[in-house]
Amino acid sequence: MNLENTAKPKIVAKDLNFYYGNDRALKDINLSISEKMVTAFIGPSGCGKSTLLRTFNRMYQLYPKQKATGQILLDGENILDKSRDLNMLRAKIGMVFQKPTPFPMSIYDNIAFGVKLYENLSKNDMDERVEWALRKAALWTEARDKLKHSGTSLSGGQQQRLCIARAIAVKPQVLLLDEPTSALDPISTAHIEKLIDELKEDFTIVIVTHNMQQAARVSDFTAYMYLGDLIEFGDTSTVFTNPKRKETEDYITGRFG
Amino acid sequence: MNNSLYNRRRLINAAGLVVSVLAMGFGLFWLCWILWTLLVNGLPALTPAVFSQMTPPPGSSGGLLNAIAGSLAMTLIGTLIGTPIGILAGTFLAEFGQRGWLAPLTRFINDVLLSAPSIVIGMFIYEIYVLKIGHFAGWGGALALALLVIPIVIRTTENMLRLVPVTLREAASALGAPQWKIINFITLRAARAGIITGVMLAIARISGETAPLLFTALNNQFWSSNMNQPMANLPVVIFQFAMSPYDDWQRLAWAGALLITFSVLTLNIMARVLFRQKVASH
Amino acid sequence: MTTALREADHKKHSLLDSLFRNLTRAAAFGVLLLLAAIIVSLIMGSMPAIHAFGFGFLSSPDWDPVNNKFGALVPIAGTLATSAIALIIAIPVSFGIAIFLTELSPGFLRRPLGVAIELLAGIPSIIYGMWGLFVFVPMFADNVEPWLNSHIGVLPLIGPFFSGPPMGIGVLTAGIILAVMVIPFIASVMRDVFEVVPPLLKESAYGLGSTTWEVMWKIVLPFTKIGVVGGIMLGLGRALGETMAVTFVIGNSHELSQSLLMPGNSIASALANEFTEAYGELYTSALIELGLILFFITFVVLSLARYMLYKLGLQEGKAS
Repeated sequence: MNLENTAKPKIVAKDLNFYYGNDRALKDINLSISEKMVTAFIGPSGCGKSTLLRTFNRMYQLYPKQKATGQILLDGENILDKSRDLNMLRAKIGMVFQKPTPFPMSIYDNIAFGVKLYENLSKNDMDERVEWALRKAALWTEARDKLKHSGTSLSGGQQQRLCIARAIAVKPQVLLLDEPTSALDPISTAHIEKLIDELKEDFTIVIVTHNMQQAARVSDFTAYMYLGDLIEFGDTSTVFTNPKRKETEDYITGRFG
Repeated sequence: MNNSLYNRRRLINAAGLVVSVLAMGFGLFWLCWILWTLLVNGLPALTPAVFSQMTPPPGSSGGLLNAIAGSLAMTLIGTLIGTPIGILAGTFLAEFGQRGWLAPLTRFINDVLLSAPSIVIGMFIYEIYVLKIGHFAGWGGALALALLVIPIVIRTTENMLRLVPVTLREAASALGAPQWKIINFITLRAARAGIITGVMLAIARISGETAPLLFTALNNQFWSSNMNQPMANLPVVIFQFAMSPYDDWQRLAWAGALLITFSVLTLNIMARVLFRQKVASH
Repeated sequence: MTTALREADHKKHSLLDSLFRNLTRAAAFGVLLLLAAIIVSLIMGSMPAIHAFGFGFLSSPDWDPVNNKFGALVPIAGTLATSAIALIIAIPVSFGIAIFLTELSPGFLRRPLGVAIELLAGIPSIIYGMWGLFVFVPMFADNVEPWLNSHIGVLPLIGPFFSGPPMGIGVLTAGIILAVMVIPFIASVMRDVFEVVPPLLKESAYGLGSTTWEVMWKIVLPFTKIGVVGGIMLGLGRALGETMAVTFVIGNSHELSQSLLMPGNSIASALANEFTEAYGELYTSALIELGLILFFITFVVLSLARYMLYKLGLQEGKAS
């Protein structure tokens, strides 16, 4: 718990509750995500870890019956505030999903798509930005010769790295990864995990994963959730080696879940 | 971050969404306008005589009894002929069509026939039936309508059979039931509500059809219970009366239009409600 | 004892199985037969006209029953012009409706509004025709056409299309009413294909901060474009073959005119008006050839539409 207090908090959730209609899916969540660190959410399916992640960029707002109460502070400002501009918020918080979601356009345009939403770049600057994002996502060497090819022509692991490149091309401050490797083979997964390690130099990363080893490998902090409650939150090595709560220990040692 | 770019994006978004709301309003506007016109012109003309008297010669009073009866008869017979054929063919597509060329080709042709111009169907029946017997006849009208029913029933039958869970078939198969029994007593029965919906939609479609009847049943000013003779029917009567210069006839045409439209729309809504209930209860 | 019985049972069932299978197969085959019969009967019926006029039939504007001279140019032009006008109006409106129904509508309104639009397709075409003739035509002649005359009719290039006496009936009116009739078809196909777009794809675009309009226009539309075009072709097929609504308001004139405000004719309305009153073999045959042309055009258009919708189905299957 010490590390948490030394690093600067980027996102702070205060008394966060979330509802699907009348079902309460998150219960009084309080936690703080440290800047330029990797925070992992783990727990059995249905525990609310993805739900929590989706409140950070208010993705739930696409669906009429979902609502969140409480506060989520991004750099001290409450993003649940209705007056907060949603598109601007999402420019600061990028997201990558369970499955690769290349847009129906070329690799180049996939990355330029997001950038064009916020910036008017010259052709040269855009080329540079695309290359920068692809390099960051460790896809440049594989994709440099087929930038005009459709994004769907890539393999699954490459597509997911394309989606990461697309998200970071906008230069967000936070990157939300929602089970980013759940649809990938082990080799692609290793690629992405290595990538996460490099990306935390520039970005605050929150990752949801159902794979505990992955959480142990990539994250600095881990939050264990169960049935909408945040059971335990602390630095990863403590949570995995010396959990404070019995439930966490049961889950981590595989006695449950 | 580029503010002018961002403001432009928001403006475009707002404009696009406003236009989309307007488009929705545009669609509803016509529906309301047409229904309103029908009520205003049709309701005053909808007297008891409409249901009890024959179509009149110009200048005298009358009703639409023979036309209503003729329409009912031809729609009924057309549905009775078309439905079994449609269900059989739809069953083939869903249950036996995994292999071979017949099912994909039939499916494709059927989808095309589904939207083929109905007036051509009328011409076809004229060519092969009316010309041969030498005069217009109620049977011709019923046949033309049957040909319109078939594609609709085929499509819904196939779709509905495909919704039946494979496990149901497998369970019946595991009991050793022969295929014809499985299909007739299990799958078709499970898909019954959907197929009935399809038949109702088909009836709704053919009750308003005018073009195929022009060349087949034509019209008859008098009561006729002989399907072998020209037969009065609502759509053609509406067509002739509406295009006529006589006030009485035009009034009757409005009454008929109101009757047809509201029966067709009621059938449409009933079919949807029935389908939703059945599907929801599964 | 039981085995003998089972054997007999088994024989009976396999006989019934194959009987039933062949019965359904025959019904399916009947559909193909029906199509073949329609084509053959139309071709046979048009033979006299084909012999008399050859390919000139397609390009001749004559329609003179007295002298037995027939050409299909006017009705073909009218059919194409009315359908084109219908699509120009219907495509953007349908797109707007589909966006509204998939993205904007509050949940509780989504179904009733969707059904309302579909009901528009349920209204029989003769009602559109009658309503068009008695309500829309007078309104159009009094309020809209004079304006078109004085504002657009004077422009260069497109002006001649919008000049002429404001009579209300004519090609433009028929096109507008056709538009209202095909909007529900195109809009419901668009809505259906928009709904198959994987939610994750849309969320990714929203996640980058795209607006609703950008998501629809740049992600959803490109993703579904084959299906959207298929839906448009489906609407076109309907518009081309639509008979009664057009017959009431197009004016049924075999004069070729540049102005869209002038009466014209479409293939289907020529058939509806003249077929039962045609005298002489050649007149009837010319009309049947018109029917053949109409069937051919709609067949091609509808085949393309189906092909595109199938392709979208395949693509969707691959993606999931």
